[in-house]
Amino acid sequence: MISNCLLCGVGGQGTVLASKLIAAAAMEKGLEVKTAETIGMSQRGGCVASHVRVGKDIHSPQIPLGEADVLIAFEPAEAVRCLPYLKKGGAAIVSSRAIVPVSSTIGGIQYSAEQMTEYLKSRVERLVLVDTDEAAARLGTSKAVNVALLGAAIRSGGIPQISEEDMEKAVGKLIKPQFLELNMRALKLIEEK
Amino acid sequence: MSDKHYDDNMSKKFLMGNEAIAMGALDAGVNIVCGYPGTPSTEITECCAKQAAGGKTDAYVEWSVNEKAALELAAGASYSGARTMVTMKQVGLNVASDPLMSLAYVGVKGGMIVVSADDPGPISSQTEQDTRTFAEFSKLPVFDPSSPQEAYSMVADAFELSEKYGTPVLFRPTTRVCHSCADVQTAEAPVKNDVSGFEKDTMRWVIFPKTSYLNHLKIEKRNRELSDIFSESKYNTVEGSRKSGKGIAAGGISYEYVKEALGGRDDVCLFKVSTPFPFPEKKALEFLSGLDEVAVYEELDPMIEKALVYVCGKYGLNVRIKGKLSGDTPNAGENSAEGAKMLVARLMGEDIPEEKNVGDVPQLPIRPPVLCAGCPHRASFYAVKKAVKGRKSIFCGDIGCYTLGNAKPLDMCDTCLCMGADVTIAQGMTLTNPDTLCFSFIGDSTFFASGLTGVVNAVYNGHDIILAVLDNSTTAMTGHQPNPSTGISATGEPATAISIEKVLEAIGVSKIVTADPLKLGEATEAVKSLIDEKGVRAVIFRSPCAAKIKPQGSCAVNSEKCVGCLRCINEIGCPAIIKSGGKAAVDTSLCFGCGLCRQICPVGAIGAVKADEKE
Repeated sequence: MISNCLLCGVGGQGTVLASKLIAAAAMEKGLEVKTAETIGMSQRGGCVASHVRVGKDIHSPQIPLGEADVLIAFEPAEAVRCLPYLKKGGAAIVSSRAIVPVSSTIGGIQYSAEQMTEYLKSRVERLVLVDTDEAAARLGTSKAVNVALLGAAIRSGGIPQISEEDMEKAVGKLIKPQFLELNMRALKLIEEK
Repeated sequence: MSDKHYDDNMSKKFLMGNEAIAMGALDAGVNIVCGYPGTPSTEITECCAKQAAGGKTDAYVEWSVNEKAALELAAGASYSGARTMVTMKQVGLNVASDPLMSLAYVGVKGGMIVVSADDPGPISSQTEQDTRTFAEFSKLPVFDPSSPQEAYSMVADAFELSEKYGTPVLFRPTTRVCHSCADVQTAEAPVKNDVSGFEKDTMRWVIFPKTSYLNHLKIEKRNRELSDIFSESKYNTVEGSRKSGKGIAAGGISYEYVKEALGGRDDVCLFKVSTPFPFPEKKALEFLSGLDEVAVYEELDPMIEKALVYVCGKYGLNVRIKGKLSGDTPNAGENSAEGAKMLVARLMGEDIPEEKNVGDVPQLPIRPPVLCAGCPHRASFYAVKKAVKGRKSIFCGDIGCYTLGNAKPLDMCDTCLCMGADVTIAQGMTLTNPDTLCFSFIGDSTFFASGLTGVVNAVYNGHDIILAVLDNSTTAMTGHQPNPSTGISATGEPATAISIEKVLEAIGVSKIVTADPLKLGEATEAVKSLIDEKGVRAVIFRSPCAAKIKPQGSCAVNSEKCVGCLRCINEIGCPAIIKSGGKAAVDTSLCFGCGLCRQICPVGAIGAVKADEKE
């Protein structure tokens, strides 16, 4: 079986760490993994996506359109942008906090998070909208919000080969000891409604 | 190539394609690794440097001043029997092309791999040039890996080939191989390669017209032989059945896309070309026999397509070859798994997969890359902009983060061509645009890589330019590599820091001032002091890259004082300042506390929050 997980956001939001955690959890279980990252100029505030593919006989490191089992979006407009990747019936875990690009602010272009989340609601059955400001307040920092979204994605069943325990092990392995407790809490923070 | 066959004597690691190339070289006993950073190649030398710094290899690793220097250094070491690897991006190969073209004639003793990473798209480059075409031009063999695992294994074979035939070998991964990660089987222990030392042999190591004529004959003969060798290579394969009379030829990542699209079906004959030059002609003949129609799926130049058309002509084969030249596949940009699906469907006369109707998608924000919040380059550009207000000016830019100074509202980059060109283009501008201030903006790494020669030209020929060196003490765009100004080596050892001021002084630049760009008044005055001078004068804007130091806290807008003029947004375009209810507000999760906006606010509405008051 193949599981495809697409993580997207704006450069600097930590998609790479989240994808590394999934890959580490899969490797630990002896599964084959392929990932593809956005590195380079787009990292400076541009759109970024990390593709994670788990399973046998995978060829393309990027997920083909319409084949992602789960979409983890750190920004609502980026969720809309990457929605064509999500397969029918796939789950989307989306932060509702908008990051307004400076070009929109200067150009006076309207951009509202609500418009994006309304669109997502109309298109995605299994949508988990995460109030990231609230999540950050509960965690006491915005730094582990990416791991909170990752936890929700694992519970959505989008990557059935990886359990919550597998992910806890991966967090234990990859995260520095001083941030471990915080990230473990983050992993369990969000409930699917 | 047996991707899925795991040898018991190997261990499994999760590696990025670039790390796989690095580990492949270290495990093959490479003695010297050098290069110049450039996306998508950077992590290769970076990974080797980390291994060396951690004492995990005896290989010598350095970031050279530019690609030409790296290649020449490696040539000297290879003459002495060392295994060497030089890394760069495809446009870096242009810089290294002078020594490479000659080295192709002279040859090497120790194995030498020149990695030139191509960037179809392009995603982070000036051009969509193809290193495979460069291989043909320089008459050098080239390897084109399709996955991290294949890249790992190929490196060892490339070293062996290089030594057997005494020639440098090109190695050409593309972005999607460089930056994809996969579980890779690696060797348990590295091979050890002892360096024999240089043996004097002027007929061999000194290039002369007469020896070059003889070497040219040898090279052509060797490449015919290599075509046969490559026809037997495990990396060039023919799979699937010929029953349908249809075939697909592909190389590199495009091969993986085709495999993904075929999804296990075997009614199409698939030819994988991993050594596009010298082209494996005999293998191509085996592939073409019994086929009526072949679709070629490759990125950048129609290299495989041309070779197949040639083979068909040479042997009188009646096979239609479809690709870029015939207008069947796109001439520019990246390939994809979706593109491969379309290709297979068209070739087999099947229904084209429908474009998904996504309906009324709301308008999405465009996110062009921007200078980070707290980036000192923003302040430098703004200081120059203020200083020259009312004067006719041209701003010549260069390659690096500061190319992003072109974005509005700064709009401070009128030209950008290639590494170092800002300095010399400004000289052409000053000759042809009277009464215009011609500025040249260059970063610290680019200055040493290829800006110096331009400064010498300007001083020698008496050109009237203002050089602005944006010194953030790192090579930022590619992920913070050290450079000659930083006082640190690739492996983290102390190195001699070369003073930009002293270098400019020695060249004879008439006036040199240094300023902290984040002190707006001081920086603006520094630029003003140069404007009415003549000749080559320089301002060095020195402030560390925001991504390299801890935030100094953040700024905060007092919404009661803010009059909503939005000068802070419209003048400097910092991504941390947003509009909220007609007034400015600071996104504290992004703000770096650089304070540039505080110095611009006309009503003093922006204050500072110290780092320890921030969450």
